[in-house]
Amino acid sequence: MIHSLFLINHAGDIFLEKHWKSVISRSVCDYFFEAKEKAVEPENVPPVLQTPHHYLISIYRDKLFFLSVVQTEVPPLFVIEFLHRVADTIQDYFGECSESLINDNVVTVYELLEEMLDNGFPLATESNVLKEMIRPPTILRSVVNTLTGSSNVGDKLPSGQLSSIPWRRAGVKYTNNEAYFDVIEEIDAIVDKSGTTVFAEIQGVIEASVRLTGMPDLSMTFMNPSLLDDVSFHPCVRFKRWESERALSFIPPDGNFTLMNYHVSSQNLVTIPVYVKQNICFFETGPCGRLDITIGPKQTMGKTVEALMVTIHMPKAVLSANLTATQGNYSYDLATKVLVWDIGKLNPQKLPNLRGSLSLQSGAPKPEDNPSLNIDLKIQQVAISGLKVSRLEMNGEKYKPFKGVKYLTKAGNFQVRT
Amino acid sequence: MQEWANQLCENRQFGSKMTDSKYFTTTKKGEIFELKAELNSDKKEKKKEAVKKVIASMTVGKDVSALFPDVVNCMQTDNLELKKLVYLYLMNYAKSQPDMAIMAVNTFVKDCEDLNPLIRALAVRTMGCIRVDKITEYLCEPLRKCLKDEDPYVRKTAAVCVAKLHDINAQLVEDQGFLDTLKDLISDSNPMVVANAVAALSEIAESHPNSNLLDLNPQTINKLLTALNECTEWGQIFILDCLANYSPRDDRESQSICERVTPRLSHANSAVVLSAVKVLMKFMEMLPKDLDYYGTLLKKLAPPLVTLLSAEPELQYVALRNINLIVQRRPEILKHEMKVFFVKYNDPIYVKLEKLDIMIRLASQANIAQVLAELKEYATEVDVDFVRKAVRAIGRCAIKVEQSAERCVSTLLDLIQTKVNYVVQEAIVVIKDIFRKYPNKYESVIATLCEHLESLDEPEARAAMIWIVGEYAERIDNADELLESFLEGFHDESTQVQLQLLTAIVKLFLKKPTETQELVQQVLSLATQDSDNPDLRDRGYIYWRLLSTDPVAAKEVVLAEKPLISEETDLIEPTLLEELICHIGTLASVYHKPPSAFVEGSRGVQHKRLTSSAGSGESVESPDTGSAAVSEAPPAVIPSQGDLLGDLLNLDLTPPTSTGPPPAAAPGMQLGAMDLLGGGLDSLMGDESEPLGGDIGGSPAMGAGFGAPPAAMPASFNAPISGGLDDLFDLGGGGMTMGTYIPPKTVWLPAMKAKGLEISGTFVRRSGVIQMEMTLNNKAMSVMSDFAIQFNRNSFGLAPAGPLQILTPISPNQSIEAALPLSTVGPVMKMEPLNNLQVAVKNNIDVFYFSCQYPISMLFLEDGKMERQVFLATWKDIPNENESQFQIKDCHLNSDAASNKLQGSNIFTIAKRTVEGQDMLYQSMKLTNGIWVLAELRVQAGNPNYTISLKCRAPEVSQCVFQNYETVLKN
Repeated sequence: MIHSLFLINHAGDIFLEKHWKSVISRSVCDYFFEAKEKAVEPENVPPVLQTPHHYLISIYRDKLFFLSVVQTEVPPLFVIEFLHRVADTIQDYFGECSESLINDNVVTVYELLEEMLDNGFPLATESNVLKEMIRPPTILRSVVNTLTGSSNVGDKLPSGQLSSIPWRRAGVKYTNNEAYFDVIEEIDAIVDKSGTTVFAEIQGVIEASVRLTGMPDLSMTFMNPSLLDDVSFHPCVRFKRWESERALSFIPPDGNFTLMNYHVSSQNLVTIPVYVKQNICFFETGPCGRLDITIGPKQTMGKTVEALMVTIHMPKAVLSANLTATQGNYSYDLATKVLVWDIGKLNPQKLPNLRGSLSLQSGAPKPEDNPSLNIDLKIQQVAISGLKVSRLEMNGEKYKPFKGVKYLTKAGNFQVRT
Repeated sequence: MQEWANQLCENRQFGSKMTDSKYFTTTKKGEIFELKAELNSDKKEKKKEAVKKVIASMTVGKDVSALFPDVVNCMQTDNLELKKLVYLYLMNYAKSQPDMAIMAVNTFVKDCEDLNPLIRALAVRTMGCIRVDKITEYLCEPLRKCLKDEDPYVRKTAAVCVAKLHDINAQLVEDQGFLDTLKDLISDSNPMVVANAVAALSEIAESHPNSNLLDLNPQTINKLLTALNECTEWGQIFILDCLANYSPRDDRESQSICERVTPRLSHANSAVVLSAVKVLMKFMEMLPKDLDYYGTLLKKLAPPLVTLLSAEPELQYVALRNINLIVQRRPEILKHEMKVFFVKYNDPIYVKLEKLDIMIRLASQANIAQVLAELKEYATEVDVDFVRKAVRAIGRCAIKVEQSAERCVSTLLDLIQTKVNYVVQEAIVVIKDIFRKYPNKYESVIATLCEHLESLDEPEARAAMIWIVGEYAERIDNADELLESFLEGFHDESTQVQLQLLTAIVKLFLKKPTETQELVQQVLSLATQDSDNPDLRDRGYIYWRLLSTDPVAAKEVVLAEKPLISEETDLIEPTLLEELICHIGTLASVYHKPPSAFVEGSRGVQHKRLTSSAGSGESVESPDTGSAAVSEAPPAVIPSQGDLLGDLLNLDLTPPTSTGPPPAAAPGMQLGAMDLLGGGLDSLMGDESEPLGGDIGGSPAMGAGFGAPPAAMPASFNAPISGGLDDLFDLGGGGMTMGTYIPPKTVWLPAMKAKGLEISGTFVRRSGVIQMEMTLNNKAMSVMSDFAIQFNRNSFGLAPAGPLQILTPISPNQSIEAALPLSTVGPVMKMEPLNNLQVAVKNNIDVFYFSCQYPISMLFLEDGKMERQVFLATWKDIPNENESQFQIKDCHLNSDAASNKLQGSNIFTIAKRTVEGQDMLYQSMKLTNGIWVLAELRVQAGNPNYTISLKCRAPEVSQCVFQNYETVLKN
């Protein structure tokens, strides 16, 4: 199972190590550094590396590498999932996952890691359970603790771990009982230069924020559950009910959690909310090129497209861009060669346009590669797949909770090729 | 100290945010001293803060072990946080302070009896992490109690503790009967206890491959399936992986397990999903294909696999490697999902390359247009590696989907028009492959190709172009001019290009003899007289003799019809694929190698096989018919490269050292003896080198010059072929030849097994030259002649440096001595044992195979004496885990005599130290592949037992080196 964990920053310094079995020398990370050197970009470091005696399995998140060392045959997905869980937990506890915050809370992180794994076997990875054992630091608590001498480690048995619902602790109490759900959909798409959709799919997620007293039993039904043929659930969801009635029935964890992920595949027709007319070309003669981009609404289900933004990774030879935008601002970062055009709201009456010239390094050959456009956007109050929640009911408790469902559509990995 | 206290006060006053970073502020001198005082403070709070500081220092790798007694003193406390902190410290340092750690035992034992189950669990958990033998003894009793504790939380913690204890002292665990208790826990009422028991047993079983620890029967399976629904996500992974080892009795049982596992496909944890996929893929084999449920199951598998691809890139990578296996075994599952494998420009490169591979596997007539459009798009991307692979992929599509070949060729021509240098070169290499698949069909493009002759600067592309020109010389008007232009810089070309050029010009001469006589003479003289490359010379002489003695025969040989290449070459060999399917989701599946090939510590992993339905054999693809199907593949496939005879008898062959790697899945691979030199091994050891394509000589036996997928690639193809002779003449160093120990000859190949040929032999190193000395004894009734020898790739790249010199035929009952000089520049593949060498010997009767072991000292170089300083630094530099210690018993030499004796085998003594009547010899040796081995030999006067410690960056060699020490010292 998982033997050791090293946290490594962007620069390649190991700033935390934890061993669940015998201690493994840091020098094992040298193989990783070698691979990191070779990969140039940190994103491109292969996640599974073989060394003479160990396997190094790593993830790259928030500019940090989480590198685990294993010695025996272990499912790599299990390790990668676990590493992401570690990063999630750190983020959950301290607000973000950064080197300085980890260093500021190093003992808490260490205690957390100790609770998360025992001998390399996952022990407690549910944030609810962990928080019961090790309380997250808050300004108030550290003051109170220092004054009263009390500790921020719980002395109760983490009750959730034993019940058949390990994700929920017992004795939850709130004065305001509320259950909010966000249906968030991301469009992943590749559109080719002629405007044809090469590939499109929707990644959906239902994020829940549930603060309900006692042991509520919730059930959620949809207007059009047939859309959901590819789903993955939080362990709290009763799969049988889903199979038979297409209803989500569950006793929720306390607090924020992901209720389900779904995937509306390319088999179904995926609506593309905007179209892009673009022309980026470089001249054979002379060190310049031209750029002309217009964006217009396509199928927006009657809603406004907001936070529209276009990002273009320019070829290396492009030195500067002299452009005019009819709406929003653009910026060109010379170092990273990234052109960002921040448009904002899309006005269907007056389509935003960005045009002008690009200047190239003199003497450089005409760029061989065509840049791709990455589109960001948001549409409030609609799930682009058409998914709608029809009812949300609560059983098992007597009070009347506040309930609410919000919808949001975003661009995920939305690329337009040129 | 004062300063820190002030700071604390300040924090209290202002209520400012307190973080752990303050624990780092005390880095000045006397830090340990200060901490000591604080740890012994009367105030609880101060103690806790001090322990926190200690832990903070520990986490960043500072040594605070000196505080051990003080920290342990804080252990007896009611404060749970303080207790946990002390435990953290103990786990880290107990090993270095075993005597001190014993102080903690009482507290542990007491805590194991505590009323609070959390404390009991914590105590047993921590005790198991303290890897000190003395502590372990005290652990047994508390552990036994905890395994039967009334509280499931304690039981599940205790289950894991058994695995910890087993890791420290396996014998103890067995003697104490903990394994049986653990097995009983599989039937526990609490699902988490069951899951942890399974996890612990699986881990223990890994070091005991043949034990029947996880004895699965229908009852336990039922228990596991029940627990599966209720335990945590991680527990589900352990249980699913365990289920995958079960062999159901019949298809009904298979189906019922599948039905109960299927809901796991909708789990949010991708590892659970993939483990469930493994169970389903394996048990599906048992189901009759005409069953409705079988079809339902196939449909259910696709969505979760697709969903894995929307996860984080690291997860995607592992998923893609597994999907690669799944689409080879059951292409129907994902045949409609091509689009999800389309590459996004911001995918990490490792994801891009995997997606590309799967796209080609899924390419079919139905979707080829889409695929080609995508590939063309990729060929204009920025990343050079990716672009190259995309261009190769177009070639693979052409070979795979015949109907698309024309479109592929035109796409490639479009790409050539971009004039992007590496795209053009890559395109030419794949077009050559297309020519080999569809001869006489696309020759119209040759003219376009010739326009780009000048821009080719990579050997592979140049060689490909030359091959094309030679092959179609009769249709290219200026073929002679083109080839002549290459000839100018003949000596600067790489061997690959030189060999190709030689063959191409000979082909040209045979096709247009009148105009090209001068050219052919020029190239023959360049190859035979001006080159010091033995391969090139040999090939040159062969052509020369052929042309001068029998031009008609030459034509038949050189211009022989070549077999076609096929797409099968890039598939994983079926038996390996079956094994890998059983290992979905594991490291083996990521590397596409069977676990036995690379997992350390898994001593003798059982090979898993898919078992197929017994009931309805006719409707199921059994493993056997599966492989048979491939063996019966179209006759167009290249014959196995392992065919040694073919190789030796063929005139246009590459010399032994550069024998083209066999296509891994080529038919005939499983035909017993062929395997010795064949691809079976290659595919196991294959690494991720670039697709081959270099060997495009004119003969049928010349390798599949066709991009194979990474997994099917032989370990090292680009072995340098020159230098074989250089080695022979390299007498430099001139080291001590006296006293070299030469092992006596042993029988390698008994006459029984070789139709009367008996070979015995040994290995000798003389003046830097390794020789294989053999006695060949003819015990048959007929004369033996035409001897030739070849080696399989081996750990150190040993290869014959020249042909086997047996000039006269051996008559019955005659024996002959032969010495074969060896070079170490052959292809490398790790062998088990390391010094194993597999040899094929051919004579006029048959081909025979045997394996022998060479003493590793053959590989010790004469310049293996390290500088003292370097030795010291290197010794320190090599991590301690690479050190291995051995005992040499019954050796009656004194240290000087030993040193002399060892020097004869190029083991050099660098320094000698005498401590308390014990001589320590520090020695070094250097292997032919540049690996240094450092040794410390301890010789006690009057004690016949030596102790030797070996340190090496490649610790695999230690065992061999030790054996060598033993043989040298005792003989």
